Amino acid sequence: MQLVLFWVFAILMLLFAGAVVLLRNPVSSALSLVMSFVSLAALFITLEAFFIGVVQVLVYAGAVMVLFLFIIMLLNLRNEETRRLNLGAWAGGGLVVIAFVGLLVKVIFSFPGFAFAKPPLVNPQVSDVALVGETLFRDFSFPFQVVGILLLVSTVGVVLLSKKELK
Amino acid sequence: MTPTLAHYLLVSGLLFTIGLAGVLLRRNILIIFMCLELMLNAANLSLVAFSRFNITAQATALQGTVNYNGQILVFFIITVAAAEVAIGLAIIVALFRARQTTHVEDLNSLKF
Repeated sequence: MQLVLFWVFAILMLLFAGAVVLLRNPVSSALSLVMSFVSLAALFITLEAFFIGVVQVLVYAGAVMVLFLFIIMLLNLRNEETRRLNLGAWAGGGLVVIAFVGLLVKVIFSFPGFAFAKPPLVNPQVSDVALVGETLFRDFSFPFQVVGILLLVSTVGVVLLSKKELK
Repeated sequence: MTPTLAHYLLVSGLLFTIGLAGVLLRRNILIIFMCLELMLNAANLSLVAFSRFNITAQATALQGTVNYNGQILVFFIITVAAAEVAIGLAIIVALFRARQTTHVEDLNSLKF
């Protein structure tokens, strides 16, 4: 059952990710990306990472993709006109991708990962969010505050970048 | 039957490959940016998979739970990616204002 659900969401995720690359309209690409992120959140749930799954939907499928769609609407992009394909770039890109997939398959099948079943959790009643929070604030409280400063800096940077003229 | 570690790594690698193909093959700078997000998410999937398949063995309060360090790293990656998207889209808007295009082949000079 779990394997069936895993494959359903994995194939959905990969199909929508492929649609992002293949569709010509930027709005369709962005909406496919939303579906891909939601399927990825489902994969996180199959790994019992409930907090990360919810954050994935809220932050990625929610905030980040709304920003993307907003910018696409703002720039008023139409369907990409078909241009002459740059054959050299396509051949080079295809070669790199094929080589990467070959390497991936070789590595995945050369280590005994398929025999590595999911270890059972000792106490599945403990809340996932509570344990993430405990780890975050006990072991990683300094990086957490650094990330807060990073977000502040990026907010200021965006405001500065979107000014009409810098004075 | 439950999915094993290799299943997750395979799917994560394939997702990364799709993102890489998009960055190499597409010419719209917004689509390239979306494909960068796909690659970040592929890394997130493998990190969460490693975290789930690595049960904490030390006799602490967290014994028997999954290793949460991987999930914390994913949390930070998502935060940094949100900041990165905000900055990147602001740069793309500024670029569009100056040149009226999002096609990378039209953006071939550093100073304009």
